[in-house]
Amino acid sequence: MGKSTVTAGLAHLAAQRGKRVLVVEVDAKGDLTDLFEHARVGFEPVEVARGISVMTIDTEASLREYLKLNLRVPMVGRIGPIASMFDFVANAAPGVKEILTIGKIGWEVRESIEGRAPWDLVIVDAAASGHVIAQLGAPQAIGGLVSMGSVSDQTGWLQALLADPEITALNVVVTPEEMPVAETIELIARVRAELDVPLGVVFVNRVLPELLHRADEALFGALAEEPAAAVLREKAGPGATSVIEAGRLAVALRRSRAGHLTRLHEAIDLPKVYLPELFVRSAGIRVTRLIAEAIGDELGI
Amino acid sequence: MAPPRRTSAPARRASSRQARAGRPSPGARSRTAGLEPLLAAKEVVVFCGSGGVGKTTVAAATALGAATHLGGRVLVLTVDPAKRLADALGLRGGLGNVERRVSPEILAAAGIEVRGELWAAMLDTKQSWDALVLRHSPDEATAYRILENPLYRNITSRFVQSHDYIAMERLHELHSAGRYDLIVVDTPPTRNAIDFLDAPQRMAEFFGGRLLRWLTVPYRIGGRRGARLVNLASRPFYQVADRILGSQFLEDIAEFFVNFQSMYDGFVERAHAVERLLHDRRTTFAVVATLESAPLQEAEFFLAALAERELPIGALVLNKTLSTALVEPAGEDAARRFVDDAPAIAGALALTGEPALAEVARTERLLATLAESYRNFSVIAKREAELRSELVGAPDLVLTVPQTDADVHDLRGLAAIADALFLGAAR
Repeated sequence: MGKSTVTAGLAHLAAQRGKRVLVVEVDAKGDLTDLFEHARVGFEPVEVARGISVMTIDTEASLREYLKLNLRVPMVGRIGPIASMFDFVANAAPGVKEILTIGKIGWEVRESIEGRAPWDLVIVDAAASGHVIAQLGAPQAIGGLVSMGSVSDQTGWLQALLADPEITALNVVVTPEEMPVAETIELIARVRAELDVPLGVVFVNRVLPELLHRADEALFGALAEEPAAAVLREKAGPGATSVIEAGRLAVALRRSRAGHLTRLHEAIDLPKVYLPELFVRSAGIRVTRLIAEAIGDELGI
Repeated sequence: MAPPRRTSAPARRASSRQARAGRPSPGARSRTAGLEPLLAAKEVVVFCGSGGVGKTTVAAATALGAATHLGGRVLVLTVDPAKRLADALGLRGGLGNVERRVSPEILAAAGIEVRGELWAAMLDTKQSWDALVLRHSPDEATAYRILENPLYRNITSRFVQSHDYIAMERLHELHSAGRYDLIVVDTPPTRNAIDFLDAPQRMAEFFGGRLLRWLTVPYRIGGRRGARLVNLASRPFYQVADRILGSQFLEDIAEFFVNFQSMYDGFVERAHAVERLLHDRRTTFAVVATLESAPLQEAEFFLAALAERELPIGALVLNKTLSTALVEPAGEDAARRFVDDAPAIAGALALTGEPALAEVARTERLLATLAESYRNFSVIAKREAELRSELVGAPDLVLTVPQTDADVHDLRGLAAIADALFLGAAR
């Protein structure tokens, strides 16, 4: 869908405007740092571009940090390799991985609000749509399950933070294709039904340019048929067929995407930000800048 | 209805020959280059790949292609929580845990002649877990204690990891029931697909693990409700766990696992059987990607992960690829002339007498637009070709599915992809 690209573009745009941005990569694929042409990063935030730091969620590291910070447990070193405890906790207590993910993100946000961490904006490149519900719903689920203990205290503030429209927005990235649109509609319905998390905007990525005006359709139709096709081959060489074929593909894709855009409009009343399909060869910082520019144009900044 | 058991291998080969004989000859070369020889000897094919690459579609098309070209009874099992497959297969009312057959009438109406049968199911995590508990519990009382444990209810309905194991378990169940000649499995998107590969092993290790035995000690010694965890409060582990989670929750966990332990043997044996199935020579894995940098990185990751686990990699499917005509010099040459020679070309077109081509200025503008659009797509096609040449760890069988004009949302669309996969001939 271009979730990482939009994340990187937003970060770039915010950084340009003087914000200190933390980008959190949840599904560590490493393509986020590629978008800044930087080597992969780990759990510790690394500044990959001016004003933009990136970190990757590592649930085990998150647990270590949690134990160290919140419990000040002196015996952590004595309970053997923490990995086996982590395995136990993560497997036995459901949602621990999810809570450690969302908890770490929430913690960075809270630390920033209270002036102990430097971020003006935390952008999360979240998990795929089927899983993000489980992650965002983890505080609620755990809160309902664990009525005492420090986890219970933790889930309270986390839920409040996630529910605050001044702080949190869940944004969705979609491409105007059939399945992604259907999934987005389903995701937004589930978020509204199951979570107390405010929705932000829908980024519609990879929108194709309109190739033909309605008046040109008959003309294009004629070009693709004989005798015009023969004229084109004669005057422009055998490759003319490929050019016409490419045009046909572009028109058909644009048209089918337009139908999905309509469906998206009808089903979802959230604000939408449209980003163009990028016909560029590279995949690094250039793409990030182009997307940042497109988001900026759309938002009027 | 109790469907008969799977047909014998010779019968399948015969039906496959019939299927071939019944189709227009696609040419010998493309036939050997497709999925057919790979799947003719397989009973399970698992598709991995990142989200958005069309994995579910490719899995469904593979099942359709197998039912068409190989015959036999073919099941596509999706574990994707999003309900995509039913729409494409025309199964109104959606998919659930119980397999549904795609009706031959609907297939015939779409112009698809299927020798075998096409079935589809979507994994329902909760239902499958419940069935598993009921099957392995020593008695009904234990089963209901587990089913009613709040922890169990949460594990099975809410959390993503629980999909992983149960998906493999369900695959095993379906396979060992022997109803299907081929089971095509679609896996969840993201890296969870790797968890899913390791799930049986992890499950066996977990239930056989010392840590779990240790945790449940107070229960096993003191009777189910006799002892309290407080007895172990001197142990640092419990001090930590108690402070993090609270003792009530710990008790829930312990009770859950004590009950679960009664199913230990059956469970572990089962996990090992699932593990063996994944490594069986009748199973193969296929990785799906698009020729874009992020999905390809994911594909390489999957290929490496499969190789590391010594799981058999059958094929790499490159989905939604642009035509190679877009990178040929002749196309670029023509696009240049569309612009440079626009007046001459538009003039010649006007002379054809076609009414639509009469306005020379309008034709010139469109020629320029088409040239630009060609170059745009050409840039992407070149990027695709480059990415393809840089691909690391690809298996011998690499299949390409062309980008189609429209989305694949019906049987006809699936059939076109199936042809690309089996015959290398979707145009």
